[in-house]
Amino acid sequence: MTLEEKLAVILSDEHTSKDALIPLLQKVQGELGYVPEEAIFEISEKTGVPASEVFGVLTFYAQFRLKPIGRNVISVCLGTACHVLGSAKILEALERHLDVEPGETTADNEFTLAEVRCLGSCSLAPVMVVNQDTYGRLTPDKAIKIVERYRQNGDSN
Amino acid sequence: MATATERYQAIKEQAEQRVASTTSADQIKILIGLGTCGIAAGGQATLQALEDKLAAEKIEAEIIKVGCIGMCFNEPLVDIVKPGQPRICYGNVTPDKVRELVDDYVLGDDPRPDLAVATIDDQPLGDIPSWNDLPFYKSQNRRVLVNCGFIDPESIDDYLVNRGYHALAKTLNQMTPEQVIQEVRDAGLRGRGGAGFPTGLKWHFTRTAHGSPKYIVCNFDEGDPGAFMNRSEVEGDPHRLIEGLTIAAYAIGAERGYIYGRAEYPLAIRRLRKAIKQAEEMGFLGDNILGSGFDFHLTIKEGAGAFVCGEETALMHSVEGRRGMPRPRPPFPAQSGLWGKPTLLNNVGTMFNISNIIENGAQWFAEVGTEKSKGTKVFSLVGQVANSGLVEVPFGTPLREIIFGIGGGIAGDKAFKAVQTGGPSGGCLPASMLDLSVDYETLAQAGSIVGSGGMVVMNENTCMVDIARFFLTFTQSESCGKCVPCRLGTKRMLETLERITLGEGESCDIDLLLELADTIKGASMCGLGQTSPNPVLTTIRYFRDEYEAHIQEKRCPALVCKSMITYRIDPEKCTGCTLCARNCPVTAISGKRKEAHVINPEICTRCDTCRQVCRFDAILVE
Repeated sequence: MTLEEKLAVILSDEHTSKDALIPLLQKVQGELGYVPEEAIFEISEKTGVPASEVFGVLTFYAQFRLKPIGRNVISVCLGTACHVLGSAKILEALERHLDVEPGETTADNEFTLAEVRCLGSCSLAPVMVVNQDTYGRLTPDKAIKIVERYRQNGDSN
Repeated sequence: MATATERYQAIKEQAEQRVASTTSADQIKILIGLGTCGIAAGGQATLQALEDKLAAEKIEAEIIKVGCIGMCFNEPLVDIVKPGQPRICYGNVTPDKVRELVDDYVLGDDPRPDLAVATIDDQPLGDIPSWNDLPFYKSQNRRVLVNCGFIDPESIDDYLVNRGYHALAKTLNQMTPEQVIQEVRDAGLRGRGGAGFPTGLKWHFTRTAHGSPKYIVCNFDEGDPGAFMNRSEVEGDPHRLIEGLTIAAYAIGAERGYIYGRAEYPLAIRRLRKAIKQAEEMGFLGDNILGSGFDFHLTIKEGAGAFVCGEETALMHSVEGRRGMPRPRPPFPAQSGLWGKPTLLNNVGTMFNISNIIENGAQWFAEVGTEKSKGTKVFSLVGQVANSGLVEVPFGTPLREIIFGIGGGIAGDKAFKAVQTGGPSGGCLPASMLDLSVDYETLAQAGSIVGSGGMVVMNENTCMVDIARFFLTFTQSESCGKCVPCRLGTKRMLETLERITLGEGESCDIDLLLELADTIKGASMCGLGQTSPNPVLTTIRYFRDEYEAHIQEKRCPALVCKSMITYRIDPEKCTGCTLCARNCPVTAISGKRKEAHVINPEICTRCDTCRQVCRFDAILVE
């Protein structure tokens, strides 16, 4: 399927009111992992919201990405509890290990490294989420080992 | 025609029959904590091991997946209830341990006191204490959390059997909207989202406002880092939120409501969606609820990651599909909210109290707490504290009791330094404030706030200037940019704090921070900006010596700020095992095998890897 065809399927939703804008963007990102430029115009046409405003909403919220993501997404929590228990060291170790900055994807497209403000799993700090799986009580070493399991297993769920 | 109460009774009896038909009195029940905390601690692997083991042994047991009972530090938690025996709670249950428990206690008769935490019962069992006697639970009063960890959050029948939706039936059957509002006002309930505005008064304003339709919006955008009360409440007992919202909608005259949920809480959102569907199917939501003629429809709106959307006007803009930017008040949402209509905006924590107030009365609610802060409050107690978890205490409980009683003090062999309450809008309180009563007024006087309920405990290894910098990084990046004092003020404050932590602070910097704080507090448009200086102000107020050490002596007393510390190897302790040299990511460590190693400070990035891998405590930070 081409991107246009994919978008047509994703956006074949009957909701076209203005308050459907954020849910539509979430739906696109949920399916594609990011919001491509084409989607902005499609959604604009569908909802009657000017493309500039769609872009404004899109870039306002931290959840939305404009670039494709890697096969696995690692989100390192930088909340207060994680901070006092050493999350900066976890992030540094992963940056070094994967040779990427937060927000970037590795050259082999295996991992996107992301920062997140708080995952609400503070009692198990420091915490990270790989795809949908939450890992707590991390050390830099443990975090790297966990991340490597995703590479080896080829598990993208 | 059947009354709402009669219809409710019929639905409840059916639920009881369904529950009774799936369980028998002689069956063993096993409860497993599968909130986000339980899952993150490995609860799914434990569940899998438990199911496999029960199947292999051909044991018929009922497995109930429950929400968080609060003891996150002991997750994964597994509780076993044998017929005629008290419920026994086991902590840190790995797959291996759950297999042992099945062998020894489910099949055998040894309750394994060595693995048990407590009985979840008034009575102890042999060497296993009652949970009422555990320091963690002794001074708690679980009123809001009464179902969390006890019922299956995905089963409306479980909620109904525990008197769920009875308060709604009572409301629709025998109370006028005005009576409901009066009851909430008499209870003295104040908003649990942080600001502490009297809830009943807000309801009254919305009810009496002109305009139609009216809306109700529930703030489930729990954005404070270090806070997860609402997540646990919704994951553990989602129907209580729906019931509270439906009662509130009846009181103010709204037919449509929205729950603005946080995108980072997928499990809670999933459970809430399921609960709404169940409530609709059973007639607790939708048209003509319990035959009363009252209609209420509830929709979840998922947030998209913007802290400022915790502010009520920003949140409503986001629900409308716009950028979540606040606007000046008045008009308040009660007059002009969602799509310009009168709107009631309440926090999840507030809504969790409503069914209790209707069910047990205002007097019951207000019998605990202080004169101005009634009832209980749920806190997430986290950070460098021994027992981290979810706790519910009456207002007025001293900080010391929460941190050292319930929390068991500081983890490891360290000294207490500060407790941070209220997230980025709150402050850091030192040891001299530990005897303060936790209530809205007292914490505000000390420069902090009760806030939504995050309580982050910090030990002596925490640098307070770094903490202030941490919070300003947060508020600066979350500032929506609409008003200048917040957009530029937080940036200037952050730059100043960064300079100080880099060892480039100047003697005028403390005064500069105080001046900026004053302007930002006074001139910002919304709560985010107005409260953003609080972490800086409280750390200057209580830990000024640390700022001065950074600025004047270029020294970080807690040995946190990288520009002011060096790593060195103690030649006496170093055995020359080469482990540190092999792990150093920048090859800053050299030395021959079995000889003391040396760190080159020019190359060292102070990443701390060597200290973490050293098995001989030979790495010194100074």
